[in-house]
Amino acid sequence: MSDVALSAENLSKSFRIAHQRDGLPGYKTLHDELVTLPRRLLARLKGNGRSISETFWALKDVSFDVKKGEALGIIGSNGAGKSTLLKILNRITEPTTGAVDIYGRAGALLEVGTGFHPELTGRENIFLNGAILGMTRAEIKRKFDEIVAFAEIEKFLDTPVKRYSSGMYVRLAFAVAAHLDPEILLIDEVLAVGDAEFQKKCLEKMENVVTKEGRTVIFVSHDMDAVCHLCSRCLLLQHGEIAKIGPTGDVVAAYLGGEQEQVPEIDFAPIDSDATLSFAGLYNPQGQATTSFSATDAILLKCSFALRRQIEGLQLSFSVFNFKGDRIFYSPISMAKPAILVEAAGQYHIAALIPGCLLLPGRYSISLGLHTPKTKLYDLRKQALGFRIIASVLDRYDGFAGDELGQIFADVKWSRTDEHNRRSSRRSDAAILTTPR
Amino acid sequence: MSFSTLALVSPESSSAVALAEPPPPITVAARPSSTPTLRIRPTKGWASLNLRELWSYRDLLWILVERNIKVIYKQTALGMGWVALQPLIAAIILAVVFGRVAKLPSDGVPYLLFVFCGLTAWRYFSETAQRSNSSLVNNAQLVSKVYFPRMLIPLSHTFSTLVDFTVMLIMLFVFMAVYRVPPTLRLAAIPGFLFLTAMGATGIALWFSALSVKYRDCNYALPWFLQIWMYASPVVYPTSMIVSPRWQSLFALNPVVGLVEGFRWSVLGRSALNPTIFWITVAMSLLILFSGAFFFRRVERDFADII
Repeated sequence: MSDVALSAENLSKSFRIAHQRDGLPGYKTLHDELVTLPRRLLARLKGNGRSISETFWALKDVSFDVKKGEALGIIGSNGAGKSTLLKILNRITEPTTGAVDIYGRAGALLEVGTGFHPELTGRENIFLNGAILGMTRAEIKRKFDEIVAFAEIEKFLDTPVKRYSSGMYVRLAFAVAAHLDPEILLIDEVLAVGDAEFQKKCLEKMENVVTKEGRTVIFVSHDMDAVCHLCSRCLLLQHGEIAKIGPTGDVVAAYLGGEQEQVPEIDFAPIDSDATLSFAGLYNPQGQATTSFSATDAILLKCSFALRRQIEGLQLSFSVFNFKGDRIFYSPISMAKPAILVEAAGQYHIAALIPGCLLLPGRYSISLGLHTPKTKLYDLRKQALGFRIIASVLDRYDGFAGDELGQIFADVKWSRTDEHNRRSSRRSDAAILTTPR
Repeated sequence: MSFSTLALVSPESSSAVALAEPPPPITVAARPSSTPTLRIRPTKGWASLNLRELWSYRDLLWILVERNIKVIYKQTALGMGWVALQPLIAAIILAVVFGRVAKLPSDGVPYLLFVFCGLTAWRYFSETAQRSNSSLVNNAQLVSKVYFPRMLIPLSHTFSTLVDFTVMLIMLFVFMAVYRVPPTLRLAAIPGFLFLTAMGATGIALWFSALSVKYRDCNYALPWFLQIWMYASPVVYPTSMIVSPRWQSLFALNPVVGLVEGFRWSVLGRSALNPTIFWITVAMSLLILFSGAFFFRRVERDFADII
């Protein structure tokens, strides 16, 4: 028995975009078809029929495998082909070329509430929706109580769903969908509905599906947080093609960072402002410009900027973001001790030392800005620099990349204590604190 | 957001350690030896009807049928009363206009009974066609979001209109009692003719529902088409108005002729039905059903893209 749950090979899907032809509307009516039939046939005979429509490839040569029990995320900007891909896997639409083999029963968790009928009661809709999602009547009956309990709608079972509050509606819909248990689950943007608490409930339920029940999941989403938490591997689609496939952290970083080449030093293009950044660079403790650091390395950030005139209260600041775009920390020059004033006109060269043992292995980016707090932004360079922290055994950090195990490198000192006595253990605590590293 | 610690030590998590390494090249594993549960391949040309799959989705079919029945007269004061009222009013109008005013013949049967019998068969046929016609478009959300054999949607109407048919049939029996028409053993043939009617109606339903996905014109064309069709069929007049048997056989190419006459034969005992007309009707019903089904299967694959 192979461990592949789904394998897609050279999937392509094309659509024909009809262009308006001499005043005819793009929308087809039978009348238009009949009227233009002779002309189209003639055009085809002459061999220039192609000029009428243009082929658009929504997917181009997409190949990938999903292993049993794996959660694969599919990300990409709007129109990258994510939904088309999922629709093909769901058999809603056919590929133009290519093949998919699915090993095991596949089920879809699509837009919540698909197939609900407003006139029917909650009870009737559970059966309708369940059947539409591929459950048999017997299966639904077996899970009925569980579904009702999850949705918390016992009292309103026999009320038409059109009278439900939107919250009840969504809860019921998700409850039905969540109790579908295929071996391969295809999920599309279900988290886009409901309030924060409900989204959390959905996410937890799906996490359960992935981690505890060990089912294969293909998850399409714009929500990087959800993708990072649910999926171990990710596929990035760009213009219908696979731009990147691999560990979620890398792929998400590529998607968010636009996958620009990481350079340790950058000269900024000048902008028309009274204060402009001109240069920034990253250096390791040995003074070399680099973009890879060990977790224990301190990182030296250097930057240069110029002020055309005196600007009172000007601040230089930078922020470090993780691969998902979450800000890890922010640091303004006003924190400098002793204080560094950068208000007078002129050229400045500043260095900031980011201490080691602070960031977890992974990818990060730095944004730099010149501003007067809460008043004016003079220059902002988003994701000006990128760097990565490399995991190594020497760091004594035995964890994983990404943010699964937290956000910071906690340099915790562990030790054995001799006694259980509270007083003496306090004494030994103090000993630990004073022990030099 | 809190996440269970279990998630953190799962095998999935540890695979993310590979972050520091270059991502693996895109590879496709060697073809597994086991056979896939499902193969997705582009299809071209005519497709098989795949009745086996249709059968495996029978639960969904029944639930859709149930939905159609429950929903249709929801939030109306008369509710299911409409099922009885609509054909009754239609029959009375037809009886006044064609029976009293135009004085059309009715094979010696009281005209109201005659026309109601014709309407029972005709309305089952036309209601099925009409309700299925826009069914796919009305369920566009389903069609573009979930996979299931699309044929189930028009097919569900073939079954749900049986409710209307049953109500009319009961009313027909009441009319028979009122007019003192004795029931005969021929009544046993009604299910057979009903089955034939269902085949023909489903065929038309498949043709039009599939066409209306691409051409919304069908929504406007079909009611007219059915109106004309009714008068082209012996609903308000008997087939016996056409004297020549040869012309009758030609007339029978319209399958509704045989269906309506079949009902009259079972219920009233008086009808122009003969073996020639019967077999032509069977052949035409089958032709419409299968052409509709194959046409449907052929265009079905594009439904989600164009609906």
